[in-house]
Amino acid sequence: FKAAALIQRWYRRYMARLEMRRRCTWSIFQSIEYAGQQDQVKLHDFFSYLMDHFIPSSHNERDFLTRMFTEDRFAQDSEMEKGSDYESIEVPDSYTGPRLSFPLLPDHATALIEAFRLKQQLHARYVLNLLYETKKHLVQLPNINRVSTCYSEEITVCGDLHGQLDDLIFIFYKNGLPSPERSYVFNGDFVDRGKDSVEILMILFAFMLVYPKEFHLNRGNHEDHMVNLRYGFTKEVMNKYKIHGKEILRTLKDVFCWLPLATLIDEKVLILHGGVSDITDLELLDKIERNKIVSTMRCKTRQKSEKQMEEKRKANRKSSAQEPIPWFLPQSRSLPSSPLRLSSYKAHKASRSSSIPCGGCLDRRELSRQVRSSVELELERCRQQAGLLVTGQKEEPSYSASEADSEAGELQKPTQEEWRQVVDILWSDPMAQEGCKANTIRGGGCYFGPDVTQQLLQKYNLQFLIRSHECKPEGYEFCHNRKVLTIFSASNYYEVGSNRGAYVKLGPALTPHIVQYQTNKVTNTLTMRQRISRVEESALRALREKLFAHSSDLLSEFKKHDADKVGLITLSDWAAAVESVLHLGLPWRMLRSQLVNSSADNMLEYKSWLKNLAKEQVSHENIQSSLLETLYRNRSNLETIFRIIDSDHSGFISLDEFRQTWKLLSSHMNIDITDDCICDLARSIDFNKDGHIDINEFLEAFRLVEKSCLEDDTSECPQATNAKDSGCNSPGAC
Amino acid sequence: MADEKDREEIIVAEFHKKIKEAFEVFDHESNNTVDVREIGTIIRSLGCCPTEGELHDLIAEVEEEEPTGYIRFEKFLPVMTEILLERRYRPIPEDVLLRAFEVLDSAKRGFLTKDELIKYMTEEDRVSLCRVGW
Repeated sequence: FKAAALIQRWYRRYMARLEMRRRCTWSIFQSIEYAGQQDQVKLHDFFSYLMDHFIPSSHNERDFLTRMFTEDRFAQDSEMEKGSDYESIEVPDSYTGPRLSFPLLPDHATALIEAFRLKQQLHARYVLNLLYETKKHLVQLPNINRVSTCYSEEITVCGDLHGQLDDLIFIFYKNGLPSPERSYVFNGDFVDRGKDSVEILMILFAFMLVYPKEFHLNRGNHEDHMVNLRYGFTKEVMNKYKIHGKEILRTLKDVFCWLPLATLIDEKVLILHGGVSDITDLELLDKIERNKIVSTMRCKTRQKSEKQMEEKRKANRKSSAQEPIPWFLPQSRSLPSSPLRLSSYKAHKASRSSSIPCGGCLDRRELSRQVRSSVELELERCRQQAGLLVTGQKEEPSYSASEADSEAGELQKPTQEEWRQVVDILWSDPMAQEGCKANTIRGGGCYFGPDVTQQLLQKYNLQFLIRSHECKPEGYEFCHNRKVLTIFSASNYYEVGSNRGAYVKLGPALTPHIVQYQTNKVTNTLTMRQRISRVEESALRALREKLFAHSSDLLSEFKKHDADKVGLITLSDWAAAVESVLHLGLPWRMLRSQLVNSSADNMLEYKSWLKNLAKEQVSHENIQSSLLETLYRNRSNLETIFRIIDSDHSGFISLDEFRQTWKLLSSHMNIDITDDCICDLARSIDFNKDGHIDINEFLEAFRLVEKSCLEDDTSECPQATNAKDSGCNSPGAC
Repeated sequence: MADEKDREEIIVAEFHKKIKEAFEVFDHESNNTVDVREIGTIIRSLGCCPTEGELHDLIAEVEEEEPTGYIRFEKFLPVMTEILLERRYRPIPEDVLLRAFEVLDSAKRGFLTKDELIKYMTEEDRVSLCRVGW
C-alpha cells in the first residue's frame, strides 16, 4: 500500500527529529555544565597565579589574597579537641528528630533513613558526633580498599548521587539495605547540586560505621570544600545549620580528605571516581598520605628547597619564552591553564622565576606589562589596607616558606606527583581515541583512551574498571571494549526526565548486572515527546540565559557580519557569530529554530533579537542592562568569590572586601564596569550601618539566588533593616 | 552568470555546515564517522522523508566497498548535499498524509486500531515498527 508507506515515512521522520532534539538538548546541558567546571578551575587558577606571583615581602603582612585562603591553611588541630566540641552542644527536649548514640547500631542507620524521608533534620550535635566517629574510622582505612566477595554474596556499586536523596532511598528500597550479606560501594560525588547532600552523607557514614567491612566509600571530585563553595553544598549546610554550620563544614573538610581513593574487588575490579591516566601508579597511590590532598583545586606542592627558590627568584628575572601566558591576561590565546598545566609549569623551576614582573619581560607586550604593574599596584594597596585589618589571627607563613610549615608541625604538602596522581583518578574521563591527553573541558585530569585502560588492566592484572563522574542518559555506559563501566546514580540530573540512574551488581565471577531507574512520578505519566520537550525547554532556557549574558560580545560580533550596517545578518552568520562568542561547540543550526523566532527571508534583525533575549530575563529599570548582563555572566563566579572571602561563613562580607574583590576581578577578567557603579549599587541595597553586605541580599537584588535560600534567610537577618526595596525593584526580598 | 553561481556556492556552503552539524551530533568518537544505523535519523532530521527502500539505496551509496558498519563523513557529505540541492525525498504535505490514513480506514471510522496499523505497516517494507509513541 502506498498509503502505508507514506505514513511510515512521515512517522520515521518525526521520530528522527525527536531523537535529534533529545541529543541536542543533552549536549546543551553537558556543555554548560562543563563550561561551569572550567570556570571554576579558571577562577582558582587566577587566585593561585596571583598568590604565586605576588607574595608579600614579609610574612607579617596580611595579603588580602592570602587572607582569603586562610581557612585552607588552618593547621590540623588535635582531633581530640575538635571532636569533643560536640559534647557541649545541647539538644533541646523539643527536638523530635533521630537521636544517635555510639557505637551505632543498624537500627540507628535505618532510623536515619526514615527520619529523612519524613523531612526531619538531624541535630547538629549528632551530625558532628557522627562526623567525628566517621573520621576516626576513615583514618584507619588504606587508600585503596580491598574487598573480597567471599564474605558477602553480592556487591552493589553506585555512582554519583549529588545530593539527590530520593535516588538513594530508592536504591535501598529496590536493592535492599546494606547488611553483612549485602555489600555496597559508593563511588564518590555524594554532595553538591542536589538539595539533600547533608542527609545523604549522614546515611552513608552511618552505614559505614555500622558495617565497616561491607560498606565502602570512595572519594569523588566533589568531596572537596573548594568545589563545594561553588556547587551548593556549602550553601546547603549553612542554610540548614545556621549556628553550627561552620563547624560542620570544617569537620567535613577533614572527613573528605580522609576518604579512600579507590576500592578493589577481589583484586580484579577497580572502582574509582573519575578514571585513570597513562601515569597512574597504584603502588604509589597506595602509599601516599591521602589526607594531604585537601583539595584538588589548589595545588600546594612541596618545593624542593627553599634556598633554591630564593636563588631562582633573585637570579632569573626574565620570563621564559615557553611559559604559558595565563588566560586572564588580555592578550592570552592559550588554553585555560588547568590544575594539570599549572602544576606542570611549577615543576619547571625556570618558569617559576618570573615572580615580579619587570622591564626584562622581553616577550610580553607593553599592554601586558601595564596590566601586571597595575595588578602590582592594586595588591600593594590591598596589602596596605589589609595591614590595617590585622587581627589576632594565626601567623600565616607565606606560600613560599613551606619549609617553615613543616617545622611548625603543619601538614606537609603533597609532592607534585602525588597530587597529579590523585587528580587523575578523581577527574579523568574515558575517550574513544587511543592515547592520553589533558582534560581541557573539565580543567583537570585527562582523557584516557582504550590503550591506557588496557595497559593499566594488564599491569595490575585486573578485569575491568568501574567509574562514575559523567552523567549518562541511561545511567550507565560501557566503553573501551566493555573494559570500562560508567555508573551514574543520580536520575533526572539535569532536569526532570533528563536521564535514568543506575547501579551495578557484581555477581559470581564478577559479571556486572545493571539496574536502571528514574525517581520521579511525573516522568512516568508523560509521553516521550512531552518528556523530551520538558527537558528541552529547560535546556533552552539555560542556553538563552547564557546568550543574554554575552549580549555585548554578541552585538559586536554581529556587527562584524553586518558590513553595510543594515541591521541584518544571515542566519548562517548568526550561527558562526554565536559559536565564536560562546565556544560551546553546539549545533547552532539545529537549534536555531528554537532560539530565533522571527527571521524574514533568511535574515535576522539582530538588535531586536538581543532585545527580546533581554526581555525574557529579569530586568531592573535603574540598573544598566550591561551591568546586569555582566553580573549574570559571572554569577557563579561572583557567588564563589563571595564565599571564599567570607571565610568564616558568616554570610557577611565588608563593603571594602567586596569593593577590592570586584576591582581585582574586573581588571583581570576584562569586565569594564566602573567602581562607582558598583558602589552605588551596593549602597542602594540595604546593608547594615557598619558596612557589611549580606551576600544573599546582594545577589537576590538581581534575582541571582534561588528562592529557597531566600525563605530560610528571612528569620536570620539580624541586620535586616526596613527599607529593603529602596532603589531596587526586587519583590519580597529577605 | 556570475551572480547565480555565487549564490549557489553560498547555498552549498550553508548546506555543508548544516550537514556537518547534524553529522557531528551522532559522531560520538569525534572521528568523522557515525554508526550506519543512525544515518536514517540524520537524513530525516535534515528535512528529508525517504522510504526504507530509498534509505537502503542511499546507505549502499555512502558505505565503504567493504561495509564496516560505519559511514564516513567524506562520503556522506557530497551525497547528502546533492539530495538537499535536488530537494529529493521531500515530506508530503499534511493533507496528503491525512488522505493516506483515510485510504487505510476503509470503513470511515475516523480511527485505526493498533493491530490494523501494525498490519499495514509491516506488510509494506518488512521493517519493524518503532515503539508507538504518537
